[in-house]
Amino acid sequence: MKLAYWMYAGPAHIGTLRVASSFKNVHAIMHAPLGDDYFNVMRSMLERERDFTPVTASIVDRHVLGRGSEEKVVQNIICKDKQEAPNLILLTPTCTSSILQEDLQNFADQAAMKVNSEVLFADVNHYRMNELQAMDRTLEQIIRFSLEKAKKNGTLAVKKTEKPSVNILGMFTLGFHHQHDCRELKRMLTDLGIDVNLVIPQGGDILSLKDLPKAWCNIVLYREAGIMAAKYLQKDFDMPFVTTTPMGIQNTKIFLNELETALDLNTISFQEYINRQTRFISQAAWFARSIDCQNLTGKKAVVFGDATHAASMVRILACEMGIRVSCAGTYCKHDADWFREQVIDFCDEILITDDHTQVSNMITRIEPAAIFGTQMERHIGKRLDIPCGVISAPVHIQNFPLGFRPFLGYEGTNQIADLVYNTFTLGMEDHLLEIFGGHDTKDRNLDSSIENSNSMWSNAASTELTKIPGFVRGKVKRNTEKYAKVNNIQEITVEVMFAAKEDAEHV
Amino acid sequence: MKELEFECETGNYHTFCPISCVSWLYQKIENSFFLVIGTKTCGYFLQNALGVMIFAEPRYAMAELEEGDISAQLNGYDELKKLCLEIKKDRNPSVMVWIGTCTTEIIKMDLEGMAPRLEAEINIPIVVARANGLDYAFTQGEDTVLAAMVQRCPSTSISSSNSSSNCISNDLVLFGSVPGPVATQLDLELKKQGISVKGWLPSQSYSELPDLGEGVYVCGVNPFLSRTAATLMRKRKCELINAPFPIGPDGTRAWIECICSALGIEAKGLKEREEKFWNNIEDYCKLIRGKSIFFMGDNLLEVSLARFLIACGMIVYEIGIPYLDRRFQFSELKLLEETCNKKGVPIPRIVEKPDNYNQIQRIRELQPDLTITGMAHANPLEARGMNTKWSVEFTFAQIHGFLGARNILELVTRPQRRNASLASSGASSGSEDNLVLNL
Repeated sequence: MKLAYWMYAGPAHIGTLRVASSFKNVHAIMHAPLGDDYFNVMRSMLERERDFTPVTASIVDRHVLGRGSEEKVVQNIICKDKQEAPNLILLTPTCTSSILQEDLQNFADQAAMKVNSEVLFADVNHYRMNELQAMDRTLEQIIRFSLEKAKKNGTLAVKKTEKPSVNILGMFTLGFHHQHDCRELKRMLTDLGIDVNLVIPQGGDILSLKDLPKAWCNIVLYREAGIMAAKYLQKDFDMPFVTTTPMGIQNTKIFLNELETALDLNTISFQEYINRQTRFISQAAWFARSIDCQNLTGKKAVVFGDATHAASMVRILACEMGIRVSCAGTYCKHDADWFREQVIDFCDEILITDDHTQVSNMITRIEPAAIFGTQMERHIGKRLDIPCGVISAPVHIQNFPLGFRPFLGYEGTNQIADLVYNTFTLGMEDHLLEIFGGHDTKDRNLDSSIENSNSMWSNAASTELTKIPGFVRGKVKRNTEKYAKVNNIQEITVEVMFAAKEDAEHV
Repeated sequence: MKELEFECETGNYHTFCPISCVSWLYQKIENSFFLVIGTKTCGYFLQNALGVMIFAEPRYAMAELEEGDISAQLNGYDELKKLCLEIKKDRNPSVMVWIGTCTTEIIKMDLEGMAPRLEAEINIPIVVARANGLDYAFTQGEDTVLAAMVQRCPSTSISSSNSSSNCISNDLVLFGSVPGPVATQLDLELKKQGISVKGWLPSQSYSELPDLGEGVYVCGVNPFLSRTAATLMRKRKCELINAPFPIGPDGTRAWIECICSALGIEAKGLKEREEKFWNNIEDYCKLIRGKSIFFMGDNLLEVSLARFLIACGMIVYEIGIPYLDRRFQFSELKLLEETCNKKGVPIPRIVEKPDNYNQIQRIRELQPDLTITGMAHANPLEARGMNTKWSVEFTFAQIHGFLGARNILELVTRPQRRNASLASSGASSGSEDNLVLNL
């Protein structure tokens, strides 16, 4: 038992439901007590989804506990088959079914004989997997199931497409900017003359899974989910796959190089494309060289999030913007080794935890100039008065923007550059603040005291004071007066002003 | 005279898990700490459903069960003790409420047995409530907590002094968690009739729980408190005043009248008072008169709200409700029947344990002007040209008493008022075909 207030990754069934509801015409039936269908609320609210979420619960109540769920589960599957005629019904276990230890696989098999749709039992254990692991596994399970079935029926598409083509694996509902990322990736592929064979599972169709092997290679955009499926396809169908996430200029370049190798093309040169995009389409490379970005040099940042986004972000900050990453962390404990390997050379320390208080303590200790994290880090930042850019799930409705906001590809690099730049205090403003010793915060009304205490100020110093930009003037004045008071100085001269500033800098 | 008819469907409907009651109860009961003993599923629900509050150092947490707890490799008592000591050290609450969940039910964790032992050891009262999704829906969570608190209320020593008519009114205890200002408002309303309320369950703090015992009259303010009512009657020998609930001017008046009559007091000035508040909300009533409404049902407030809205001039097609205790809601159901007959509108069908799928078919057929529903269905229905209002808002808004009526109508009329302002922009919800084609 452990005391918990908050968690980064959800329970396993959320992952399974995300896979199911990403596909078209797949219905998930949760084996769960009343109230566990909160997933439907999240999907409907966060994604502002117009369609009913294809998830229902086969409710476990007292009666079911007494009698066993068999009859009810089978009945619910038959009923859903009649009502909506889905291509696949995915029986989804929850923490409750993990304890009941009923033979849900058997229920699924029984129901399968009585309905037109395919019926599959999602093989995920609540106590051993989180949302992300369950997502990875369920996706692989559905793909494997469909392909084996197609193999048996002889409907498997074995011939490769004429033009080079790829499958994009691992786009999910409720994913962090997944829709935008997918669009950006498709645009890049179109530029390169590569066709997209299938995008799975978002918007995908179970019946079209038999066409997966037609693609020349698979792309897995996020480490969290899709790799298991890619590995299966590699093993059984000899399909190569690319797993570098094209987030940031360097990673996008690596991604494209890997893709070029995997596709084994002789005709198109990716290098020219990369070059052109990097120099002209993405503004990020130029931005990093521009004078503004100089001000970010050596600033301290903390990065925390899922493995994919946190690792990519560390590289972008450290290698593409010259920012010092004081700590890089992830809550994907199951993928800790990969994460360490990715970031070890680009940050001072690494934190692997799913306990948000540890993250909070780390941020408090480091006092970075900016945080790049999840919604939780945003709240930690608010409390500590440190700005935060959200780069990873868990998310809330603000992270489902209506406008086009990819994190991947060349447009993604622009978006990220904006995000980073806007998160840090603006360069020039920051510069001024530093010169004059701090931020002019909340207590604006104190500014009126400027007039009252003018007696202390020499004419020259008063004139000097007026030269200071309005928004920091009050702060400078207060700091100087405080300094004068502490040091028993009767008249504030220009010299005293600078002494005060020097003093402030040494603190 | 037409009479009420009841139906029961499959129970495949969407609602909140009853553990959600911690979110309002921890705020209501000062210095309490709610420990939900469950799994990640429970925690995920709490953190998402109550998102914003989670960051204000809430006085509730999960005792997250791990595989070792389930397989009984770990000793439940020792584990809970460890966590409770941690909570005691960090927060030092005056009462701890353990919320049992589906998991503790299934693995048969004996929370009721462990609590008294641990209570003696750590010296903080521990109240156990089984607010799980196997047995209850949403607001019924509060019912389980209050029913458990009933046992903790001090006993009154019954004296014969109650026989004098002046004092009898002092033995009224109201039950149901409402925000402080609402409680004050209802107290004042009764004071106008010469009744002073002896106490509330729950009280503002655990140490102020009201005295209970034989001869104490109790009356509920919310329709989902049937267990609490039963416990008050059976375990503490209290006298339950069965009344409609103080929702809407009609309900509030009937509620006060029932209390007065039970206490042998003649109610005065209520007719005028009710009329005054009807006038007060006439601007809103004008908007909804003759419009139809459909309650999908998820929080047990449905019958009272429907009754009030029928009195406002609306036509209710269906009252979905998770669970209907016909004895506890007896007076409310009677008032519903009377209101329908008085207004000359058909009596709505009351559907217990509804089936959301079937309901959506009915909604498509009936095309009500407004559907009161959970968030899982709200956006999809809006996309199909139906107006919806999110039902959970009624649980959190101040809807009780004469003053609450306006808040209810503020919510009920909002979709209509929103549509009026969108009408000219071409963004108003179109027909179903329209939107489906656009997808």
